[in-house]
Amino acid sequence: MSVIQFDHVQTAHCESGVISNMFRHYGLSISEPMAFGIGAGIFFGHLPFVKVNGVPGTTYRIWPGAIFQRVCSRLGVKMQSQKFSAPAKAMQALDEVLAKGIPVGVLSSVYYLPYFPPAYRFHFNAHNLVIYGKNGANYQVSDPIMDTVTEIDPESLAEARFAKGFPEPKGKMYYPVRVPTDVSLEKPVRQGIAQACHYMLKVPVPMFGVKGIRFLAKRMQHYPEKVGDRRSVLYLGNVIRMQEEIGTGGAGFRFMYAAFLQEAAALLNKPELAMLSKELTGIGDLWRNFAFEAGRVCKSRAADNVSYRELSGMLLQCAAAEEGFFKRLAKTKI
Amino acid sequence: MKKEEVPQDGDNLHEGSFRQLFYAVDDKGAYTPVPSVGWEPENVAMAQAWEEVHDRVEKARQQVLAGQLSPVGYYMEKHLMDLALLANYVGRFQWQVKRHMRPRVFNKLSDKMLQRYAAAFRITVQELKEVK
Repeated sequence: MSVIQFDHVQTAHCESGVISNMFRHYGLSISEPMAFGIGAGIFFGHLPFVKVNGVPGTTYRIWPGAIFQRVCSRLGVKMQSQKFSAPAKAMQALDEVLAKGIPVGVLSSVYYLPYFPPAYRFHFNAHNLVIYGKNGANYQVSDPIMDTVTEIDPESLAEARFAKGFPEPKGKMYYPVRVPTDVSLEKPVRQGIAQACHYMLKVPVPMFGVKGIRFLAKRMQHYPEKVGDRRSVLYLGNVIRMQEEIGTGGAGFRFMYAAFLQEAAALLNKPELAMLSKELTGIGDLWRNFAFEAGRVCKSRAADNVSYRELSGMLLQCAAAEEGFFKRLAKTKI
Repeated sequence: MKKEEVPQDGDNLHEGSFRQLFYAVDDKGAYTPVPSVGWEPENVAMAQAWEEVHDRVEKARQQVLAGQLSPVGYYMEKHLMDLALLANYVGRFQWQVKRHMRPRVFNKLSDKMLQRYAAAFRITVQELKEVK
């Protein structure tokens, strides 16, 4: 088997990180924020009826897989992607592709990844990582959120690839078959920005985008009387974790998107975008303040209506700031 | 967030070795990735989420010892699963799995079914039957 030289760079988020690491392997250099921006990854959604361990779901990003798919179509990268019915077949197919010297992206559940810090091992099924070779029976892993490459035993990898639940990875693996090395990023950047604005401002569903932030604010106000002290704290804790836990780069992807706008400003030579990047950094700080106060409420455990009303007010402030921001971004001529 | 404001609130949850990346601005206002060992609010939220898990596991354990719940219920909590997920793993309907959580029904389960539960929890059948 040929040894694949894979250049691993730690990133904040798994999906944009795999894109960045994998494309660089083929000579197409795009940074993580760039991948995130072109894929219009920034979003907000609050889904009270989608419960994870009895806690309503909140997301600061677009659904898993969307960034990948958009970046590929905008940059003209052709991917080969496969799902499998049985682990044995899936592992064999993985070996075959590795033998050709191609690093392979796989979808996995973090619960079954032994190298992950135990505290992070919840049943989350949409984690992306790259397998770039074998060392004896073990597989060599470049997991974008880890600072170095690592290894995984075949049994754990098979379990992680065939975890049940939602979404079911079904052993999904993918690798590029055609990567253009000389692409102009200008049009993809424009398309990414337009799409992000659309998703934040125009989706006619009250749980999504800026409306979604207001929706969460409204519900949060009533947590103590609706679900009681104990659950309120868990609900709140989940919002903090979705915003700050591994993978967001801080403030629920707001800082990552600001980094993208900064890069885009230089690329397109549009100083307006640099200004907007600064504005978004400020909005990110608002989100961080919210998380900080929410963390204090969690810690004290004493749910009183006043603190939840204050938190709700902070969310409304974030919503207003983001609405203004995305409207200006949408109007910017780029 | 400025580079020097990136929080470094370590705690044992991250086991000291794990650092995640944040995007922050340097003195010139340029974005740069900065590793962080953790942040207090996130640590609190994570610790409380685990506390809730541990509470549920302990409650299930007590119920098993008191003969009110079968080990299936205990191991389900221990592996952070819910009814839907466990039913998916063992290839049964949720109401069937719920039934298997009754000690009387559990005691009559076939070896094949026990084997499926053991596989879902990645333990042996012997371990499945014993909850300490």
